[in-house]
Amino acid sequence: MAHAYTPGLRVSEKTVIRKERRLPIKGEVVVAKGDRVTSDSVVARTHLPGNVQLVNVASKLGLPPEDLPSVMQKKDGDPMEKGEPLAITQGFFGFFKSKVLSPCEGTVESISTVTGQVILREPPIPIEIDAYIDGEVVEILPEEGVVVEATGSFIQGIFGVGGEKTGEIAVVVDGPGQPLDASLITEAHKGKIVVGGSHVTWDGLQKAMEVGAAGIVVGGFDDPDLKRLLGKDLGVAITGHEDLATALILTEGFGEMAMAHGTFDLLKSREGRKASINGATQIRAGVIRPEIVIPLEGGAVDVHEGEGSTTGLEIGSLIRGIREPHFGSLGKVTDLPNELQKMESESMVRVLMVEFEDGEQALLPRANVEMIEE
Amino acid sequence: MSENGKINAIVATDCGSTTTKAILIKLVDGEYRLIVRGEAPTTVEAPFEDVTRGVLNAIREVEELSGHEILDGEDIIHPNDGMRGVDLYLSTSSAGGGLQMMVAGVVKSMTAESAERAALGAGSIVMDVLASNDGRLPHEQIERIRHLRPDMILLSGGIDGGTITHVVELGQIISAADPKARLGAGYNLPVIYAGNKDAKEEVVKLLENKTSLYQVDNLRPVLERENLGPARDKIHDLFMEHVMAQAPGYSKLMGWTDAPIMPTPGAVGSMIEAIAKRHDIEVLGVDIGGATTDVFSVFQKTFNRTVSANLGMSYSISNVLAEAGIDNVMRWVPFKLPELAVRNRIKNKMIRPTTVPQALDDLKMEQAIAREALRLAFEQHKNFAVSLKGVQQERTISEAFSQSASGETLVNMMDLDLLVGSGGVLSHAPRRQQAAMMLIDGFLPEGVTRLAVDSIFMMPQLGVLAEVHERSATEVFEKDCLIHLGTLVAPVGTGQEGKPCIKFETTLPDGTVVNEDIPFGEMKVYPLGIDETVSVKVTPARGFDAGAGPGKPFESTLTGGVVGLIVDTRGRPFNLPTDESKRVKMLDKWAAAFDAYPSA
Repeated sequence: MAHAYTPGLRVSEKTVIRKERRLPIKGEVVVAKGDRVTSDSVVARTHLPGNVQLVNVASKLGLPPEDLPSVMQKKDGDPMEKGEPLAITQGFFGFFKSKVLSPCEGTVESISTVTGQVILREPPIPIEIDAYIDGEVVEILPEEGVVVEATGSFIQGIFGVGGEKTGEIAVVVDGPGQPLDASLITEAHKGKIVVGGSHVTWDGLQKAMEVGAAGIVVGGFDDPDLKRLLGKDLGVAITGHEDLATALILTEGFGEMAMAHGTFDLLKSREGRKASINGATQIRAGVIRPEIVIPLEGGAVDVHEGEGSTTGLEIGSLIRGIREPHFGSLGKVTDLPNELQKMESESMVRVLMVEFEDGEQALLPRANVEMIEE
Repeated sequence: MSENGKINAIVATDCGSTTTKAILIKLVDGEYRLIVRGEAPTTVEAPFEDVTRGVLNAIREVEELSGHEILDGEDIIHPNDGMRGVDLYLSTSSAGGGLQMMVAGVVKSMTAESAERAALGAGSIVMDVLASNDGRLPHEQIERIRHLRPDMILLSGGIDGGTITHVVELGQIISAADPKARLGAGYNLPVIYAGNKDAKEEVVKLLENKTSLYQVDNLRPVLERENLGPARDKIHDLFMEHVMAQAPGYSKLMGWTDAPIMPTPGAVGSMIEAIAKRHDIEVLGVDIGGATTDVFSVFQKTFNRTVSANLGMSYSISNVLAEAGIDNVMRWVPFKLPELAVRNRIKNKMIRPTTVPQALDDLKMEQAIAREALRLAFEQHKNFAVSLKGVQQERTISEAFSQSASGETLVNMMDLDLLVGSGGVLSHAPRRQQAAMMLIDGFLPEGVTRLAVDSIFMMPQLGVLAEVHERSATEVFEKDCLIHLGTLVAPVGTGQEGKPCIKFETTLPDGTVVNEDIPFGEMKVYPLGIDETVSVKVTPARGFDAGAGPGKPFESTLTGGVVGLIVDTRGRPFNLPTDESKRVKMLDKWAAAFDAYPSA
């Protein structure tokens, strides 16, 4: 059969992380190769073309569009100030002149004698991008951006909301099965990335936002609470642009489910360190999962981000069930039969035999497990 | 082609957003038949970023399953020499999000709607429709164009010889937005102009330096007529030249195929159109995928396609819940589940879209969602498949009283002859009866309708094959692709449960005489196999119409299928009981009539 693989979420203790930081349009790169940068260092900047305003000068003056050139005070490319006259009519013996004033500062982009429209372009909007992680600039993408590299821990979540944030890691629960509620969050968590266990309650999330936590990393969250948070039912998993002071990253899924031990232990071991997180998720062609990057000082390792994600399932692979009736259960693959098998639903699927942590053996569709990659 | 000029073996692939599917067709005993189907994950994304990897993997699976050698390393062996190789290789694609377009027209319900029809007919997803009267201010429209970054823009507007001001204004808006293409930073965004021919010169001045501008004939030269062909063809050409050529590995794939790569929905659409034409019937087709649901119809010889970009069974499953509402989804579920559990379960499918239902309850839940996705996609289709708006009609006095207007939906379920379902949840339902029930509940056909499913979801490949070798596409379609489920008889009208609805008389092939008074609120399934026919007499009770008019009996010859002959007296419009226990009892009773699920 053709090579099949089941990519899982990455949880790496130490790896090389590369982040491409690219401007939306061409601009200027302000750092050099080899520079050390911190997450908030500006690495490139540019100007987006300004907004456009359309003014139908001809209709405002009651003129046919073809008469526009005779009354225009500005021509294509001319700069103008807000309130400056764009066009003035001759009037009657110099009296009763009518004029149209510019509604904004900027330049005249075009004057149309067909529609009578004058298109004005507002001044360019400056934008900057930062390094997002502490690290070294290892590549310059001329006029577009840079690649920043760091050695550190890397954890992928399954779903998140809110964009890029940085802060120190603060683990506030005793174990991966403990829910995160409001009582565990204090003023001391301002600017921190708060790590919980199985679940964050609505009150817990509210409290984290109140105190100004940078982010929450937790096993699960309830969908009705997500609806309350976003103010709408999320239809398609494309997130990251929400205007949230606190980013939220789920490592397991929706509902209450203990964070995987490996993930929890790793976060616990990095307590107090600075991390960069991004809740942006896109589950479509070109999957983007939320991430937690914890740069560490010290030597590089051989493993690179992305490597290892194409190895297939093997006997002995660690897996997690990702659908009922074994959702969230962790286990080890004990057999990979080739033949299709009939499930309770009568679907004929390729399966694997798994032994769960509690010793229970079960036959699961291969599509319903996720490899735990390390 | 083989040495004697004959086509003996064909391989065709469809590169979907998650899976690449390959089929092998061979000439066996004088007719073309499907031999095997193989599939592999699509490889447009990292770490592979080369669509041909997935294509080769899918073809390799076909080789292994069929024993027919097709590949020599990474080359497709041409031609077939009887033992190895193929004479034709073709492909369709919807990978990388398919073809995403913006369309613009002057009046939203006229030229803008015609432009939308042209784009949808060509197989694209329409991201937004700009019109002079769409209620947005110019700067909002400009913002929208910049934000969406389509693959292509179709600009129309004005009838030939009409005023040019509005369409030039739209040109100005596009020019001011200075739009960039979605894929590939190094080339200009393709813009097709298909509007008033008198405005061409002005539009060229505005757009030729900022975009790759192409001009075709006006798609609405006069109000009374659409001319969508030239715009549709241009969209196909540009899809190949610009969009596909930018996607990873496609240039290589284009070099392999013996005919241009088609967008997947365009290929399915041409298949549906071909069925309607060949049998001179009214056809409705649906392709329910993971991210999108496409509905195709041919009514009154007019082809229409709609794509519901955010209704689907995996990536978009949560949006079905958002749009339909939890009550509408749960009304189809024959057991109780707390709202919190339902919501979390659906969200978990959204974030892990490739999982499959293992438990029976999970399957029932998924099929409940499918019914709502089908219903919503069909609602959108009915609102779009309309007669041309803005056309003055000559009316007789009686027509003037009947208040029929331009812009009415062409979809008439009573006239529908054939309903075809395709896509994972329908094609791969563990029992075909489940597919029949989902189609009936999602579309609520009226009168007499044949039901079918695409056996293994191969309409895309056959659609592109039909463009170059119609005979093989037709033969495989009729024999291997289309699985006839049976014929449905569903009277229109409502009544009380248990009260008379229709009298149904027939003699089944095994000699069983059926002479039943079927009350309101029932589902009945009679065994009648594929290609078997029986004559039936249907006598509706007062107030019910089974196709011949209210209360009027009729006799007809009906064809069977893998499910059989189905009688649905649940009424049209259809309503489920509001009482919880009664609703569950009814759902279980109807499912039992179909033998749809294994008994607990």
